[in-house]
Amino acid sequence: MRPSAFGVVLWAAACVALAFLLIPIVAIFSELTLGELRDGLTSDVARDALRVTAETNLAAMALILLFGTPTAYLLASRSFRGRTVLVTLVELPLVLPPAVAGIGLLAAFGRLGLLGGTVESLGIDIAFTKVAVILAVTFVASPFYVRTAIAAFEAVDPDLVAASRTLGAGPARTFARVALPIASGGLGAGAALAFARGLGEFGATIMFAGSLQGVTQTLSLAVYQEFDVDFDTALAIGALLVLGSALVLFAAKVIPSWRRSASTSITVSGPSASR
Amino acid sequence: METLGVDLDHGLRSFRLALALDAGAETVALMGPSGAGKTSVLRAIAGLLRPERGHITLGGDTWLDTARRIDLPPERRRVGLVFQEYALFPHMTVRANVAFGGSERVDELLERFAIASLAGARPSAISGGERQRVALARALARDPGVLLLDEPLSALDAHTRSRVRQELRELLLDLGLPTLIVTHDFEDAAALADRVGVLVDGRLLQIGPPSELVATPADAFVAGFTGANLLRGTARPAPNGLTEVALDAGFTAYSVEPAGGRVALAVYPWEVSVAREAPDDSAVNHVRAPIGSIMTLGNRVRVQIGPVTAEVTTQSSERLGLREGEVVVASFKATGARLLSGA
Repeated sequence: MRPSAFGVVLWAAACVALAFLLIPIVAIFSELTLGELRDGLTSDVARDALRVTAETNLAAMALILLFGTPTAYLLASRSFRGRTVLVTLVELPLVLPPAVAGIGLLAAFGRLGLLGGTVESLGIDIAFTKVAVILAVTFVASPFYVRTAIAAFEAVDPDLVAASRTLGAGPARTFARVALPIASGGLGAGAALAFARGLGEFGATIMFAGSLQGVTQTLSLAVYQEFDVDFDTALAIGALLVLGSALVLFAAKVIPSWRRSASTSITVSGPSASR
Repeated sequence: METLGVDLDHGLRSFRLALALDAGAETVALMGPSGAGKTSVLRAIAGLLRPERGHITLGGDTWLDTARRIDLPPERRRVGLVFQEYALFPHMTVRANVAFGGSERVDELLERFAIASLAGARPSAISGGERQRVALARALARDPGVLLLDEPLSALDAHTRSRVRQELRELLLDLGLPTLIVTHDFEDAAALADRVGVLVDGRLLQIGPPSELVATPADAFVAGFTGANLLRGTARPAPNGLTEVALDAGFTAYSVEPAGGRVALAVYPWEVSVAREAPDDSAVNHVRAPIGSIMTLGNRVRVQIGPVTAEVTTQSSERLGLREGEVVVASFKATGARLLSGA
């Protein structure tokens, strides 16, 4: 079949867009030999940054899931005055410049901040510690999860929730046995998106937590610090982040459809009667 | 057997739902056009909708009493609700669905509803009729005191429908529970229910055995719902002691029932006979018009003659050689012509 002129235009535009997005990524890998990649990733800076990133992001993800899931269920299943305002608030970090998030966190939890005195009297210092990284990542990444989770819970057929209630399950059991499993594909996708965003977190972290190697310096902060010290190390860490982010993003796309097919698979046990 | 008592008053979008109903060990069908508040009644009984004012009891248990601020949550009402689209849990097997409300009688119910062979299947992998049986088994696993069925047959194709209707009738007789069925189909209601209530704009226009609704419909709406021809017109007393109705369709008809002003003349299709020429018999009403359509329903034929639908046997239709477009005469007796308000 002869391709239409319109089809050619579409493909041409898509090729330009894809090339533009791909070239920097290709450049990261082509500028590195395998040896340089290995040396870069085994350097102290990279090892420390990987450890800090893993610790802080796992902690942040735990916080996001623990508090974000009930929040999303509440916002998805109840209608009340001011709900739209609350949803907007929850989504605000999505559009907030990370620098603003950083200065806000500093103004709230810094030593001279709004809650700084309270926190300090408890003997805890937050700013420029690992806790600060966790808070910064949580702040910036949480809307990616909560937004997707609200949509996932809203997509649960209200009749299924009602059916669960008429079958004797209270609200908590209905949440655990019906809403949560049915929304789990969407929740997984949201968690993956939030995790990908958290991995790349930079602006809020550098303002609120600084860039102390082994304490608050995450992988993306290490790239920034190393690029005028040791460009190859910066490139190697960059390559790691590209791979990690791509993997997580791919998972976010695959998880919901995998969940769906798992829940609809035909698993007839026992002899199937001929009827 | 416990009696279900329902008394509701609740504002819906464009009308008030105001209904009082008692049901013993019987099946009551709520019939009416969509949006008449039928499903809201079921949801209120199940505790999924809180009416502004209301009182719901089962035997000695009070489920709802707005005056005394009693409102049990759905999980504390002994109700089995079968949803229109069945609302089976898609992430659970048939067995897990049935066991959701109570696990003691699962095997017995799987056997009883002939779904034991599907126990490990997901709802998406089974047929509509099978889904309905799973939904019924699931609702009964909780040992409910009341059974509520929302359009139990509407999700089924015509072929499955008549078989499932028969199965459902036998099941309901066997269970002997107060059962409420919502439907918009009089045939379903008549087949399944001991009493049928016609609900329009939140009010029960009439409630009684199906035969009573057919014999003495309260108004034109009920008559229309039970399948009668409705011919609108203006009535006035005639010198011969009958009521003369000048039909809007251009004919004149007579009824034994007294009436004046705007009326709907209701006559059932099986009370209308069809002939080539106006017969010299006891029928006084004759409508001469071309045949609009002929539809065969098993051993019956529905013939549309002008504004009137007649139902005759297939044999009669063949003997008369009825063809679309031919002019024939539809006749019915003045005693079969009911005059109803609501025109």
